Amino acid sequence: MRRSRTGYILLLPGLLWLLLFFVVPFYSLLATSLYDPAGSDFRGYEMTYHVVNYVDAVRDYWRPLLRSLLYGGVATAFCLVLGYVLAYAIAFKAGRWKNLMLVLVIAPFFTSFLVRTLSWKLILADDGFIVNTLQALQILGDDGRLLATPVAVVAGLTYNFLPFMVLPLFASLDKIDHRLIEASSDLYAHPIVGFFKVTWPLSLPGVVSGTLLTFIPAVGDYINAELLGSPNQRMIGGIIQSLFTDANDYPAAAALSVILMVLIVVMVLFYVRRAGTEELL
Amino acid sequence: MNAPMTWIRRNLVIVLGIFVLVYTFVPIFVVVLMSFNAPRSRNVYSFDGFTLDNWLNPCTDKSMCDAVVRSVEIGLLATLAATILGTLAAFALVRHRFAGRSATNLLIFLPMAAPEIVMGSSLLALFVSAGFAGQLGFWTILIAHIMFCLSFVVVTVRARLAGMDDNLEQAAQDLYATPAQTFWRVTFPLVFPGILGAALLSFSLSFDDFIITNLNAGTTTTFPMYVWGVAQRGVPMQVNVIGTVMFVISIAIVLGAEARNRRQRRAAAS
Repeated sequence: MRRSRTGYILLLPGLLWLLLFFVVPFYSLLATSLYDPAGSDFRGYEMTYHVVNYVDAVRDYWRPLLRSLLYGGVATAFCLVLGYVLAYAIAFKAGRWKNLMLVLVIAPFFTSFLVRTLSWKLILADDGFIVNTLQALQILGDDGRLLATPVAVVAGLTYNFLPFMVLPLFASLDKIDHRLIEASSDLYAHPIVGFFKVTWPLSLPGVVSGTLLTFIPAVGDYINAELLGSPNQRMIGGIIQSLFTDANDYPAAAALSVILMVLIVVMVLFYVRRAGTEELL
Repeated sequence: MNAPMTWIRRNLVIVLGIFVLVYTFVPIFVVVLMSFNAPRSRNVYSFDGFTLDNWLNPCTDKSMCDAVVRSVEIGLLATLAATILGTLAAFALVRHRFAGRSATNLLIFLPMAAPEIVMGSSLLALFVSAGFAGQLGFWTILIAHIMFCLSFVVVTVRARLAGMDDNLEQAAQDLYATPAQTFWRVTFPLVFPGILGAALLSFSLSFDDFIITNLNAGTTTTFPMYVWGVAQRGVPMQVNVIGTVMFVISIAIVLGAEARNRRQRRAAAS
């Protein structure tokens, strides 16, 4: 470690880029959310500290807002269950196949997000194999469907964000000293008790960061909702997007975007405090 | 008595794990299958017949191939810029001491955690209020991509640098290598796999991004935006060819790196 000017010079270009195109934009977003909504892209907007934009945004869009948090939360829960099983299998049972299995976890996600999501549309299609099987098993009614339902949207979200859960879970499970688990079984703890008293608490940092890395993008995502759902499943990201690009209602879109971010930050802080891990960064 | 129970339990986990793994490959299987599909009509969701047409004539819809080319261009430029900026920053963070370190770490962590829709809309708000509303396109997409790739590069290269043994560098200096020689002959080759990994990650993040790109693209179309555009009116099967190619290339790269690692480990062990 050297204390020198070189450090600053190396850091400066990247830092400037982030300041200019990540931090400053947030200020623009806040400012835009307070513009007079009577303005337009063409005529320009006037800064009028129109706080009412926020009230309007909540009044008009509280349903998709809540829905996004709900879908994101449910998908995160599914990811946690599936991801924990997979990460546990890789960390503890894969032996020399560990690296290969990790590669296989990431590999499908190098194919285009949109192409993969569209292929779920095919898999869940009304005459598809899955729907037919569920109908034959009487789980789904004869005119029941998966596509254009919340089930399809949550399934898509779960699928697309699974690796964000598996990788941090694996990282913290892989670090666990196996002797601790052996010690618990030497002390006659039932494997299930051992799991909840030793493995689970030691994997909590992975659970916390995996949950955050899944929940945050899942709440903001709208690709799954738009491709697999119907207008009844629209998520907030899609609404922000179309307010910006179709309706050209910049102040409302910016206000919604700020609200979404504040909601996420509040939930994250609350969750992190409850989960009580400090080694997050 | 306990032995068969343990056996079942042990295998249950691995069997369940493999199930989850298979589940992640289901859509890939469908994508590969559909790339050989001869559909009866454009808006089709079934396998109607086998053909190689999609592979032999991938550019039937020229706008799709234009979009792919544009995505590759943006991806390469964004990767180049993000990798250079990010690698420099990673060196600064690991090798140099300076004030504001934890604030810097936070600033680097946040773009990876922030929801894309918020990042995308705030960049758009910036471009519009700076008077670039009419110029949205290639350059604004590029600026955005460099921004969100940068953090991933810093984190990847920093991990490699932090895990590196500095004995070799000290040995080089003991043998009277100048700092420049030490850097180019010892440090850089050792960090290079990390930089390469970061670059590959950047490219795939950039190539695949939809949410941020769509907000800042104006009328420019990238591959994900093309797919989005045709999703409602029927996707040409050639989209699946591109999806398959992306999958094959990335799996080849990752498996290649893994094979190389194994060979090195074996060489180091013998």
